[in-house]
Amino acid sequence: MHDKLVQQRLAALFAAGALLLNFPLLALWDRDATVFGLPLFPLALFGLWALLIGLAAWILESHEG
Amino acid sequence: MLSVPLVVGASFAYLLLLVAVAAFGDARARQRRSVIGNAWVYALSMAVYCTAWTYYGSVGRAAGSGVWFLPIYLGPTLAMLLAWSVLRKMIRIAKAYRITSIADFIASRYGKSPLLAGTVTLITVVGIVPYIALQLKAVASGYALMTTPLGTPLAAPQAWWHDSTFYFALALAGFTVLFGARHLDHSEKHEGMVAAMAFESVVKLLAFVTVGVFVCWGLFDGPADLFARARAVPELNALLHLTQRPGQKFAYEQWFALSLLAMLSVIFLPRQFQMMVVENVEERHLKRAAWLFPLYLLLINLFVLPIALGGLLHFGRGGMDADSFVLSLPLSQGQGALALLVFIGGLSAATGMVIVEATAVSTMVCNDLVMPMLLRTRRFGSRAGGDLSRLLLGIRASAIVAILLLGYAYFAIAGEAYALVSIGLISFAAVAQFAPAMLAGLYWKGGTRNAAFTGLLLGFALWAYTLMLPSVAKSGWLPAGYLNDGPWGIALLKPEQLLGLTGLDNLTHALFWSLLANVGAFVAVSLWRPPTAREASQALLFVDGFQSPAAGPVFWRGRAQVRELLPLAGRLLGAARAQQLFGDYARQRGVAGIAQIPADAQLVQFVETQLAGAIGSASARVMVAAAVEEEALGLDDVMRILDEASQVRAANEKLQSLDRLKDDFMSSVTHELRTPLTSIRALSELMEDDPDMPPAQRAQFLHIITGETERLGRLVNQVLDLAKIEAGHAQWSISDVDLRALLEHALQTTAEMFRKRGAVALLDAPAAVPSLALDADRMTQVLLNLLSNAAKFLPAEGGRVDLRLRERPTGLRIEIEDNGSGIPADQQALIFERFRQGGDSTNRPQGTGLGLPISRQIVEHFGGTLSVRSVPGQGACFTVDLPWQAATTTTGDNR
Repeated sequence: MHDKLVQQRLAALFAAGALLLNFPLLALWDRDATVFGLPLFPLALFGLWALLIGLAAWILESHEG
Repeated sequence: MLSVPLVVGASFAYLLLLVAVAAFGDARARQRRSVIGNAWVYALSMAVYCTAWTYYGSVGRAAGSGVWFLPIYLGPTLAMLLAWSVLRKMIRIAKAYRITSIADFIASRYGKSPLLAGTVTLITVVGIVPYIALQLKAVASGYALMTTPLGTPLAAPQAWWHDSTFYFALALAGFTVLFGARHLDHSEKHEGMVAAMAFESVVKLLAFVTVGVFVCWGLFDGPADLFARARAVPELNALLHLTQRPGQKFAYEQWFALSLLAMLSVIFLPRQFQMMVVENVEERHLKRAAWLFPLYLLLINLFVLPIALGGLLHFGRGGMDADSFVLSLPLSQGQGALALLVFIGGLSAATGMVIVEATAVSTMVCNDLVMPMLLRTRRFGSRAGGDLSRLLLGIRASAIVAILLLGYAYFAIAGEAYALVSIGLISFAAVAQFAPAMLAGLYWKGGTRNAAFTGLLLGFALWAYTLMLPSVAKSGWLPAGYLNDGPWGIALLKPEQLLGLTGLDNLTHALFWSLLANVGAFVAVSLWRPPTAREASQALLFVDGFQSPAAGPVFWRGRAQVRELLPLAGRLLGAARAQQLFGDYARQRGVAGIAQIPADAQLVQFVETQLAGAIGSASARVMVAAAVEEEALGLDDVMRILDEASQVRAANEKLQSLDRLKDDFMSSVTHELRTPLTSIRALSELMEDDPDMPPAQRAQFLHIITGETERLGRLVNQVLDLAKIEAGHAQWSISDVDLRALLEHALQTTAEMFRKRGAVALLDAPAAVPSLALDADRMTQVLLNLLSNAAKFLPAEGGRVDLRLRERPTGLRIEIEDNGSGIPADQQALIFERFRQGGDSTNRPQGTGLGLPISRQIVEHFGGTLSVRSVPGQGACFTVDLPWQAATTTTGDNR
């Protein structure tokens, strides 16, 4: 895959991450709910975080050379 | 509670283990079997970002305000998404120019300015001291907690000579000298230190996760149980949300400011720059580290909230300092071994940070603060002799000790007043001031030295006024009045509400004002004047650094001597190392020995880059400038050098295209040679196989063979001819030529040919024309070629060729017009290319396909043009225009 494309994908992911982890999108998760007994809001934060890392890993590792 | 000897002994044993790991790393590096040459170690070494602040402070912050500990780690995650673009560019530039610190980077970018390097270093020292104090405080309070019975008040601070923290700081200084200033490396790489930091990162992660698991499953029935019990308490339930009080607004600007601050810090903190840029072994390691490092951050934060909530549930709110939950929770359960492990983890985080930070800052202090001053003195100055490499190590070791003592002093003065996390953020905000000069320097060529200087100074001043001074004031060392009422009672100057700006917390407030002033001044001053030559040349090297920094142009003019540069390198790098470097360089340049190295700009740049690795680019510039005779570079010179570099590039491209052309030519020639050879061979074989061949047929075959060999001979001659003309090796005998006579002669020579084809050829020329300086034989060659070409395409009957000579203001014009089949428009340009004959393949006449290219070369040699116009079916007209004064004929190209 072309290096330019990798850089653009990462830049897009950066923009998406910056939006997801800031006001107002972040506030959407702030509810009094639980998932498997775990509170939704911290879980969502860690989930979004893990998602970003996973996507970054996929973009970077699928790029050869 | 644990016994003092046990805690001290375990701590010391752990530090020795770190030294052993470092020694192992160094030993492997010497054997060229590096242990740090992989992405995992690189990523783990970046985790030096997680200090004792992460280790103890995150839990404290989570216990106070819930998820607000996270922006400090989300920011770096976002930053690492851009690492492959931004950080990679920095790594590439730093490698190419042997940049070893952030001060060096900024100074180098803005024209290798010692002033900038010194400024950045000062800001760093002032900004980093609180951060070092924070580590000391963390270890000190951890130690106190471990060795005092739980629940009893911790001992009051003692005089410094009784304070264990003071001795801890000294011990750390000793270890740091061992790690960072033991030997001088020409590129400031510390393989052992990196290995030890990677190890240290594993230890602190394991320790923290262990205590997390202990809290979740040891104290509670898993996280679900823990959270369920926390949610039952309203105050604790509030910690699981963005805001802690109902109706409170989410302070998103603070959330954003914290993320941004962390995003910048993860790159611009001296220890991060050291690990990510300076210690980077291979650029591609960054690719994996860019997601491994965020993953590490996620893992080490996974149990922060459970531990905080568990501590609050266990001890009750206010029952115990939340900063120390990771220690007090195991201790309260009598888990001494676990507590010791956790303490070691915290110690690990603190020492790791201190070692790398102090090493990085000591390099800056030595290269950018002390050396420039020493170099001004007579004793150590550029013209003085003597080996400086031991002196360099001495300066660095002293700098390390001084930094740690400063850290201790800050801890003793202001340490008690503040929670861990606030101290760390003060340092973050200080190094964030480097961001505008650094990032703009990477992508914008317009930035200047004065702009960077003004921006840094203003940003730093505002940082100190709005953040640093209030922190000192709050600990009682300054009158609090100036905080509440402003200095001299001027309310507009209140440090935490500057110009009456309210509604922001003090960190966001300080970050806003300092970065605003910094960026504003940087842009404004940059646009005030154009960059100087040196700034412009460095800007080019940095901004275009992604292409090929190593092969960039060399911006230097002057005279240099190898016998002056070699001792200079020897003074700073050691004589043996300098000999080795120069020897390698001589081999690389392809000369026999050091004495034969051409003393040119490239050599000066080589030496300067090597020195930059040891003493920083600004100091290296000063030393080299003193040792050689330089010419001051103007902006015009920079443009010229750049122009030359691009000309070399263009020449290279032209060579490559010529090479391709030659290959095409060779394959065409081979093809053209093979065709007649094939027919010669086929006919010969036929005659050989059939001895009884009728004589008539045999004669016909032989006739064809003779024709083909003639054509072969002609082809070979013409190829050689063309090659000679193109290479400029052709012989030209220039004389005054009467073109009318030449045309008559050509017509006589070809009369028989036209007669055979039943065609007429007529000459129409004025009685006399001025003669031209030409090569008569070559010109005849052109005319014969054009006439025989015309003859080939004439119709079988009624063929007619008109030969005209005309006098024109600019010169003489020859026209050769036939009434043959003509040339289609799309082929009119092609026929002048080699082996592109007119006509399609079925009716292509005999010929080599080289006649017209050669003719055009000849005409152009005399400064003329050869062109064709044609209407298909009505014939073609070739025009030769010859100027009166053919430029090349006067000089005579008789090479």
